[in-house]
Amino acid sequence: MSASVPSHSQESNVVSMDGAEAAASVAYRLSELIAIYPITPSTPMGEWADEWVALAKPNIWHAVPQIVEMQSEAGVAGAIHGMLQGGSQATTFTASQGLLLMLPVMYKLAGQHLPFCMHVAARTVATHALSIFGDHSDVMAVRQTGFALLASASPQEAHDLACVAHASTLKSRIPFLHFFDGFRTSHEINDVKLLSNDILSRMLTDKMALSQHARALTPDHPTLRGTAQNPDVFFQTREAANPMYEGLPGIVQAKMDQLGSLTGRHYKLFDYVGAPDADRVIVIMGSGAETAGEVAKALVESGEKVGVLQVRLYRPFDTAAFVKMLPPTVRHIAVLDRTKEPGAPGDPLYLDVLAAIAEQGVLQGLDISRPVITGGRYGLASKEFTPQMVAGVYAGMAGRPASKHFTVGILDDVSGLSVDPDPDFQLPTAGLTQAVFFGLGSDGTVGANKNTIKIIAHRTGAHAQAYFVYDSKKAGAVTVSHLRFGEKPIHAPYLIDRADFVGCHQFDLLETQPVLDLAAEGGVFLLNSPYAASTVWEHLSQQTQQTIIDKKLRFFVIDAYRVARETGMGGRINTIMQTCFFSLSDVLPVDAAISEIKEAILKTYARKGAALVKKNNDAVDLAIANLEEVIVPLEAMGVPRSEVVSVLAPDFVRRVSAPILAGRGDSLPASALPADGVWPTGTSQWEKRNLANEIPVWDASICIQCNKCVLVCPHAAIRAKHYPANALEKAPSTFQSIAFRSQEFVDHLYTIQVAPEDCTGCQLCINVCPAKDKSNPKHKALDSAPQLPLRSAERSNFEFFLGLPNPDRTRLKTDLVKDSQFCEPLFEFSGACVGCGETPYIKLLTQLFGDRAVIANATGCSSIYGGNLPTTPYTTNAEGRGPAWANSLFEDNAEFGLGLRLSINNKRQQAEQLLMAAKDWVGPALVDSLLNEPQDTEASIAKQRASIVSLRAHLSSVPEPLRIKLEAFADDLVTKSLWIVGGDGWAYDIGFGGLDHVLSLGENVNILVLDTEVYSNTGGQQSKSTQLGAVAKFAAQGKARSKKDLGLHAMSYGDVFVARVAFGAKDSQTVKAFAEAEAYPGTSLIIAYSHCIAHGFNLSQGLDHQKMAVETGYWPLYRFDPRRKNLGLNSLVLDSPAPKHPLARFTENEIRFRSLHATNPARAKALEERAQNEITTHNELYRRMAEAPASTTADPAQT
Amino acid sequence: MNPDISTNYLGLPLRSPFVIGASPLSDNLENLAALERAGAGAVVMHSLFEEQLTRESAAASSLVEMASDSFGEALSYFPSSSDYTLGPEEYLEQIASLKSALTIPVIASLNGHTPGGWVTHAQQMQHAGADAIELNIYDIITDEETSAIDVEKRLLDIVIAVREQVTIPLCVKLAPFYTALPSVVRQIHLCGAQGVVLFNRFYQPDLDIEELSVEPRLYLSTSSELLLRLRWLAILYGKSPISLILGGGVHKATDAIKGIMAGADAIQIVSLILRHGMGAFATMVADFQHWLDTHDYHSLTQMRGSLSHINSPNPAEFERANYLRTLQLWKA
Repeated sequence: MSASVPSHSQESNVVSMDGAEAAASVAYRLSELIAIYPITPSTPMGEWADEWVALAKPNIWHAVPQIVEMQSEAGVAGAIHGMLQGGSQATTFTASQGLLLMLPVMYKLAGQHLPFCMHVAARTVATHALSIFGDHSDVMAVRQTGFALLASASPQEAHDLACVAHASTLKSRIPFLHFFDGFRTSHEINDVKLLSNDILSRMLTDKMALSQHARALTPDHPTLRGTAQNPDVFFQTREAANPMYEGLPGIVQAKMDQLGSLTGRHYKLFDYVGAPDADRVIVIMGSGAETAGEVAKALVESGEKVGVLQVRLYRPFDTAAFVKMLPPTVRHIAVLDRTKEPGAPGDPLYLDVLAAIAEQGVLQGLDISRPVITGGRYGLASKEFTPQMVAGVYAGMAGRPASKHFTVGILDDVSGLSVDPDPDFQLPTAGLTQAVFFGLGSDGTVGANKNTIKIIAHRTGAHAQAYFVYDSKKAGAVTVSHLRFGEKPIHAPYLIDRADFVGCHQFDLLETQPVLDLAAEGGVFLLNSPYAASTVWEHLSQQTQQTIIDKKLRFFVIDAYRVARETGMGGRINTIMQTCFFSLSDVLPVDAAISEIKEAILKTYARKGAALVKKNNDAVDLAIANLEEVIVPLEAMGVPRSEVVSVLAPDFVRRVSAPILAGRGDSLPASALPADGVWPTGTSQWEKRNLANEIPVWDASICIQCNKCVLVCPHAAIRAKHYPANALEKAPSTFQSIAFRSQEFVDHLYTIQVAPEDCTGCQLCINVCPAKDKSNPKHKALDSAPQLPLRSAERSNFEFFLGLPNPDRTRLKTDLVKDSQFCEPLFEFSGACVGCGETPYIKLLTQLFGDRAVIANATGCSSIYGGNLPTTPYTTNAEGRGPAWANSLFEDNAEFGLGLRLSINNKRQQAEQLLMAAKDWVGPALVDSLLNEPQDTEASIAKQRASIVSLRAHLSSVPEPLRIKLEAFADDLVTKSLWIVGGDGWAYDIGFGGLDHVLSLGENVNILVLDTEVYSNTGGQQSKSTQLGAVAKFAAQGKARSKKDLGLHAMSYGDVFVARVAFGAKDSQTVKAFAEAEAYPGTSLIIAYSHCIAHGFNLSQGLDHQKMAVETGYWPLYRFDPRRKNLGLNSLVLDSPAPKHPLARFTENEIRFRSLHATNPARAKALEERAQNEITTHNELYRRMAEAPASTTADPAQT
Repeated sequence: MNPDISTNYLGLPLRSPFVIGASPLSDNLENLAALERAGAGAVVMHSLFEEQLTRESAAASSLVEMASDSFGEALSYFPSSSDYTLGPEEYLEQIASLKSALTIPVIASLNGHTPGGWVTHAQQMQHAGADAIELNIYDIITDEETSAIDVEKRLLDIVIAVREQVTIPLCVKLAPFYTALPSVVRQIHLCGAQGVVLFNRFYQPDLDIEELSVEPRLYLSTSSELLLRLRWLAILYGKSPISLILGGGVHKATDAIKGIMAGADAIQIVSLILRHGMGAFATMVADFQHWLDTHDYHSLTQMRGSLSHINSPNPAEFERANYLRTLQLWKA
C-alpha cells in the first residue's frame, strides 16, 4: 500500500456521473467478490460492476473482482454470507423487494459481525401497487436487522460515503447498508470528484483487509458458526454485542474525518445547515436534505431563523450526537420521513427523533418541553419534493401546528393532513441556466443531452446536473430531460419548473404534455415542427398560443425531420436539436459548441465509416441554416386544445385517467384514487396515442382472409370480423368489406380494420401478409401508408367496426388460426414495445379464454405493459366479462396463481353445495345440468351461463340465507381458466422453486412463460434461459453455459402438459397448443418464444427470426400431452422438422450473438460450435423421445 | 519421372497451378492444410466486403441506440460492448494464421465500398502478411445514366489507388461482361496489376413463382462454364504481359489441361471441392500429372497457350460468334 499524502490533484478529477456509477465505482474497487441480481433502480450498479469485470478493471488490490449473478436477491444474500464467512470482502447492490428478500440473511450477517457493505438505491416497497420509484420504505424495513444504515444525499456523497461505509465496516465488523434515493440520486448526473485508488487504500488499509481474511472459515483453524442456542445463553450473547454498536458512530465519524482530511470534503453523522439560533428545524435524510438545505440557506439570508439537520448515519442512531447538533434555540422540529408505516404512532425517523430528544435533551441542556416535534411525510415513490414544499413546511412551523402529523407534496383531502407548498417561493437562480427537453426515447434526445452535459462541462468547466424522466410505456415512450448548468455546484434534486430554455423535440407532444408549463417568463422555446415559422402559429392550440404570449417566450422552429431526411439521418434528430439548443442558448459560443459536437460525432462514428460522420456533420450544419424565429402575434387565435380523452369515456377515466395522461397526475387529490389499488380494466381504449407514422391499409380485393395479420399484431390494432351484410347500414363511406369466404356464412361480409390511433406501426401484420397482387407483387393485401391523411376516416371506420356484431363464438373452431382471430381480443393497446413478441400470446389467451380467465402475472415486462398506469389494456366484452388480472410479486407468481386456483376451486365447491341444498326449490333437472354438464366448448359454456340465468330466475323461491349465498356464488359454477403468466427471469430463475412446486401438484393451472431469454424489463440481463453463446448483460463475454430445458424438466413429472411454441414460425401449432393446454384437466406449461428488443434486430422482422429459430433447431416446437398415453400413443409430438440450416443462419442476424464475433471472435467461434453441438444433440434427444414406444415416454429420463 | 507442374502466378512461384479460389474453404485451417498436401499451389481467401462491415456496424449502432434511454427500468438492453464496430481484424488475423500454417502463398481478396476503404484494407492485408491481393470488383449497373466508360474508369481508378499504396502483387477478378475485354485487361496491366481472374461468378436472381418473389441463388459451377473462359483466355494470351487465371468451370483434369493450353497460368478450384470433397481435388491433381506424364509433357510451359488465339491452328474459331458453315473450299 502506498504511504504518500495525496496531493490535491489526486482528488481533483471531476467527472459527470450519476449516483449509481459513483457508488459502484467505490464498491467495485473495494471488493473482491460481487454478487448481483437486477432490480430497478439499483440495476445500473450491478451492470457497471459487470462491465468493469469484462474490461478486467482491477480493485485496489490489483485483482479483478469475481462477479456472480444469482437467481434472486435471496440467492445473492446467501452467496454473500458464504463469501464473508470465507474471509473475502464482498458487495452487492439492490433495492425494494430485493432488499426484503435479503432480510433473513441480514440478521445473520449482523449477528455474526461480518464486515460487509451493500449499496441500495432506495425504492418503494410494493403495497397497493408496485412502484419502481424512490423512497425509504425498503431501507426502513431492514432498520432492525443490526445493519448500520448510512444515507447519502447526492452522487458525490454516494461516492464518498460508499468509501466511508466500506472502511467503517471493516473497522467495526458491523455490516453496512449504504443507501441513497432511487432515481433521484442513483440516476441524477452531477459533478463527482473521484476518489483515487490511493485515497481508497488509505481509507481501507491492508491491515484492515487482512483482518477479514484472518476471520475466514477454514479447516486450517477450524471453528463452528451458526450454532443453535438454548434459552440459557442466547439472550446474553445478543447483549454482549452492545459495545460494538456503541462504538460504531465514533468509527464512522473518524472515517468521515479521515476522508475530509484527504479530500477537503467533510461529513458528519448529522450535519446542520442554517441559522445557529434557528427556532424551526427540519430533520431529514437523503436527497431531500439538499433541497431543504438550500431553502434554509435562502430563508436565513432573508432573516428567518430556520435550519436543517441532515441525518447520515441512521443506524445506529447516535442520539447524543443528534441532539448536540440541534440549535438550543429550536422551538419546532419537523421530522420528514420518506416512508409510511401505517398504524405506527409515527414514521420511523420521527419516532427516533422523539426518543433522542426524550433521552438526550435534558442531558444536552435542551429544554425538552420546548420544541414541538411534528412528523411529516413526503416524496413517496419519487413524488417531487420541491423548494416550495420546504418553504410550505417552514411556514406551517411558524404557528401552532394543527396536527402532530402532516404530509407535503400532495393534496390529502381524505385525512386533511397535507400542508400547502408556498407557490411563490423561488430559490435564487443567478448564474444558473435551466433547460428542459421533451422528446421520445427513440429520437435520441436523452443521449444528446448526456452529450451536451459533457460538452459544457468540458468547455466551460461549469457545474452541470442532468436528470431524466422516463415514461412507463415502452412503445412511443416520452422522455423529459432536465438540465442545469451553473457557476456554482448544483444541489437541486428536484425537477425544473421555470426553464430558461424549453425544447420540444416532437410536435405532437406540445399539445399532449405540459411542455410550456415549465417555461420561465422570457425564456426560449424551440419546437421541432413540420410547419415553417410563417405558418406554425395556426397549428397551435389557443392555450399554447396564449402561454407563449403571456410568458413572452422567444419562439423558434426547425423541421428537424426534414433536415434529418435530407442529410440521410433517417429519423435521428438528436444532433440537429442539440445544435439548435447551443445556437439559441448562451451556455457556450455556438462555434465552440459545434466543434465539440463534431468532435463527439467523430469519436462515435469514425470507426463506422466516413459516410456516417459526414451525414452527422451535414445535419449539424444544416440545423443552423434551417432554424427560424417565429414572430409571435399579439393575440391567441387558435382553436381550443382538444380533450385528453373522449367525452364518451367513463367518469373514472375522465376524472382520474385523463389528468394522468396529460402529465398532471400530481394534481389529483387522495380522494380521487382507489386506496386499495383496485383499478378498472378497459381504459387503454381511451388513450389515443397516434404513435405510428404509417399504418396498414387493407386491399380487400386481394386479401385471402387468413387472419394472420390479426394474430401477430402485438397491440390488437388490426382486427377481423365477419357479419351479416345488412349490418353495413350506416357504414362510413370509406368502410371496406368483401364477401366472406365461407360455406357456412354465405351472406356474410368480411372486414379487416385497423385502429389507426392505436397502431404503433410495427409492420408485423404487413410482413406476415401472404396475399400478393399477382401483377404487382410489391403490393399486398396490407400495405403501409402515412397515418395522418388516413387518421380521421379510419377512426370512424374503427368505431363503426367495433359496433358490428362479433362472430358467434359458439360456431367458431377456435383451435384454428383463422377462427381464433374472429374472437374479440380482451387485451388491447398496451404500452408494450413496438413489435413486441410477447403480447400476441397474451392477446391470443384473452381471445380464446378471456371472458373466464383469471391471470396471475409475475412482475416484469408483462406486468408493466399489463398493469402500469395510466391505462389498463385488459378489457371486457359486451357482457362485461373479461380477464381478471393481478400481480403479486416477481418471485411468487406460481404460488400466487395456485392460490387463486384453489380459491376458485373452493368457490366452485361451495357453489355446488349451495346448489344441492337449493335443489328442491330450483328443480333437480336444472341442478343436474348445472353440476354435471360438461363445460369444454364455447357452446357448452354458453349453455352453462344460460342455466345460471335460469337459476337466478328461480332464486326468488329459495329461502334466505341460502338465496343470498347462492346469488353470490352462482357465477362460480362457470368454469374458470387460470393462467400464470410471466417471463423467463421469473420462470427459470427467481420463481423457479415455486414454479416447480406448482408443476408437481397437478392442479388445473395453465402456465405461460413468455421466453425472451433475458430479463427484458430491467434491460437484458442473462437468465438461465439465455442461450449458450448469447451476449447479455452480466454475460458480456457470451454465456458460457447452456440454456436450462424447462420443458424437459416439466415433462419429467409425466402428467404435465408441455408445449413449446413460436407464433411467428407456426401459428397453427401455437393456437392448437393454447387450446389443448387449457383443455388439459391438470397442469399445463407453454413456453413461448418471444422475440424482443433485447435480441438486437429490427422487430419488424420478428416473424422471420422466429421462423429461422425453428428451422435451425434453435427452438424446436412440440407438444407433450399426457392424455395421449391413454390412447396408447407417445405423449410427445414434435411439431417442427429436423433442423434444416446451421445455427449460424439464425444467430448471425441478432446482435446478442453477433456482437461477440466483433469483440471476441475466437470465443464467439468456440461458443458457436458448442451451441451448434448442443442444439444438434438436443434435437436428436427430442426426436428419440418422440419416436420411442409409447410406454416409455412418461419419463423422458428413460430415453 | 513426374512432369514439372510448377508455375508462376502474379510473379509468385507456385508448385502447382491449382489455386483454391475464394470461398468458405479458406475459413478452415485443417481443410486448407489437407488441400496443400493434396497439391494446391496457393489459396485465395474469401472476400472481405467493406460495405458489409460498415453497414452492419451502422445497423448495430442504430439498433443499440434506438433501444436506449427510453424506459426508466432499462436504459439500455446490451452490454456497452455490443455497440460494436465490425472491422477487418478477424479477416486480418485469419491471414496471419493461414500464413503461419501453410507454406503456399496466401492471397487476400477484397471487395471495397469506398475509395478509402479499398486502399486502407489493401494496406492492412499486406501488413498482415498476404502474398498478393485479389481485387473483387464488380458492378451490376441498373442506372441508365452510367455508361460502360464510367464502369471501366471506376475499375481502373481502384487499381491505380491500391497499386500506389501496396507493393505486393495485385490481380483483378473480372466479370465476363466487358464489351472489349482485351482493352480492359491491357489497361489493368498498365495500371499496375499483375493478373486477372477470368471470371467472377455471381449470385443470380431466381424467381419464385409460388411466392411471387425473387431469390438470390448461387449454384456451384459446372464444366459447361468452361468454354466461355477458354475463349477469353485464348484471346488474351500473349497480348499484355499479365498473369491469366482461369476461375470457374474446371471439374476434372482435362478441364484444367484445356485451361492451360488456352493460356492460363493458374486455375482456381472451388466448386469441385465443395461438391465432391477434398479427395476429388487430390484425384484431379493426380490425373492432371498422369495426363502430362502419359502425353510426354515435361512441364506446363510446353502446353501453356498452345491452343491460344495466337498459337492455335485455327484461331478464327475463337472469333466465331455465330454458326456459319465452315467450308473447306474457303480455305483454299
